[in-house]
Amino acid sequence: MPTRSETLARASALRALFEAEGAALVEPPILQPAATLLELYGEDIRARAYVTSDALRGEQMLRPDFTVPVVQMHMAHGAEPARYTYAGEVFRRQEQDPDRANEYVQVGYEVFDRTDPAAADAEVFALIQSALRGLPVRAVTGDIGLLMAAVKGLDTTARRKAALMRHIWRPRRFRALLERFSGMAPMPESRRALLAGEVSSEAPIVGLRSCAEINERIAALKADAETPPLSAQQVELIMALLDVRETMPNALSRLHDLAVDMPAIAPAVARIAAREAALKARDVDTAHLTFEASYGRASMEYYDGFVFGFRADARADLPAVASGGRYDALTRQLGQGDAIPAVGGVMRPGLMLELEAGR
Amino acid sequence: MTVKLGVPSKGRLMEKTFDWFAARGVTLQRTGSDREYAGAVAGIDNVSLILLSAGEIPRELAAGRIHLGVTGTDLVQEKLALWDQLVEPVEELAFGQADLILAVPQAWIDVDTLDDLDAAAAAFRAHHGHRLRIATKYHRLVREFLREAGVADYALVDSQGATEGTVKNETAEAIADITSSGETLRANHLKILSDGLILQSQATLWRSRVADLPDEDRETLNQLLKRLG
Repeated sequence: MPTRSETLARASALRALFEAEGAALVEPPILQPAATLLELYGEDIRARAYVTSDALRGEQMLRPDFTVPVVQMHMAHGAEPARYTYAGEVFRRQEQDPDRANEYVQVGYEVFDRTDPAAADAEVFALIQSALRGLPVRAVTGDIGLLMAAVKGLDTTARRKAALMRHIWRPRRFRALLERFSGMAPMPESRRALLAGEVSSEAPIVGLRSCAEINERIAALKADAETPPLSAQQVELIMALLDVRETMPNALSRLHDLAVDMPAIAPAVARIAAREAALKARDVDTAHLTFEASYGRASMEYYDGFVFGFRADARADLPAVASGGRYDALTRQLGQGDAIPAVGGVMRPGLMLELEAGR
Repeated sequence: MTVKLGVPSKGRLMEKTFDWFAARGVTLQRTGSDREYAGAVAGIDNVSLILLSAGEIPRELAAGRIHLGVTGTDLVQEKLALWDQLVEPVEELAFGQADLILAVPQAWIDVDTLDDLDAAAAAFRAHHGHRLRIATKYHRLVREFLREAGVADYALVDSQGATEGTVKNETAEAIADITSSGETLRANHLKILSDGLILQSQATLWRSRVADLPDEDRETLNQLLKRLG
């Protein structure tokens, strides 16, 4: 295991690399207000981040990542375009696996630039790939925007699309919803009885959820029951899309084929093609770069476009050595009315040193 | 040295535990005044009785400060991460049965499953501007259960007692709590979701996997376990 000072030395070297690219150095505080993170991630963040508190400021979290504070800082007073770098500890609560670090050093690079998103994606990826050169790692890329576009393009009600969009990042739930909307999964008995008007209650309303809200949902369920099921063909197309796992050129040709039957994904596919060109322009060997349509779905839910990760093939036990992606929607959520296309990535110098020592 | 046995220090749980051991020829009793938490063991030598709050027994087992302890499955699983590496169940004692369940107002006739709860939570958040609150003291168990089920847009709020009342008091919209008969739930106009059983718990005798055990104590422990098994 590398010592702390070795890790910090590597972190400064990596940070200097990003500074040489013109990135401004930022140093967000370790303690972050818990409310922002809870609002973004929901209750799950409590299982992943350390929460502490005092009587004056209330709940605080030990930063689980840098992206959220960097976005907040940029949205509050950043000039455009902007490039930032940072290095420091992040803290992740571990309750399942004692071998996973609960504190480790991250070095990151974030780009806020409206001019050419494909070029910005390629810039972040290529910089990180070159910093990892020589390490036994393999890159995987993906694009969350592809699945989002496919859902938006479904021939069904806005309510069903919203339900699917809400669970893009929970693959099992997403699948269960698809099966229900397509009639593949049977309706639960309690739902059938409710729709048949066989369920009533004499109990008083307790709590904040009102009678009107209950009736509204029943009306929505009735309307949904009268909506024709999602066609089997549409479900198959979504499944085929999620199964795409090829080298980039093959994936693109597969996606172009799928876009014939799913025209809604065409703009997302065009963005991936533009990204491939931009990656090539930065000397990335896209012919051997993996594209996995379902990549990044089970992680943090702020990525909404390009996603990537670098893992050590021979060390499946290790987490990703580097990862990142595009988070345009996050800038809108934290921007109080403003938004800017943004992409970034982080590296773990401690893991890099560990891999180097193990070779 | 002695083998240390941790037992709940008061109430029905203590009495039933004493009865269970007595039926197996091991007499546990409190000594000194009513207010003094001291105890004695008869029927076997070199075993000492430690009276503790049931909620502290998991921690003491995990720290290896007691060799055996009686407490509920719910408390062990809530309080100890990787509990099965720290303690092992020896015997289920067939009392103290209680289910950790998720309950919502009976008036929510549109909510019967976790699926419904998830949809209702999304609409609730859009309508009220905050997440649907679930009152509980079992934060870890409930969070893991809801994550497995893919329920989003909820928040846990801490409730250390009278949890069923939080809905009426409008500090929560739903609850996750231990129930044995369901009467308190009904009295508070709540119902259990049909797939809302989080954990079935009962009083259980646990053995610490980490407590030091010199040879003479190992002999005592084996004798005791033989008597109890």
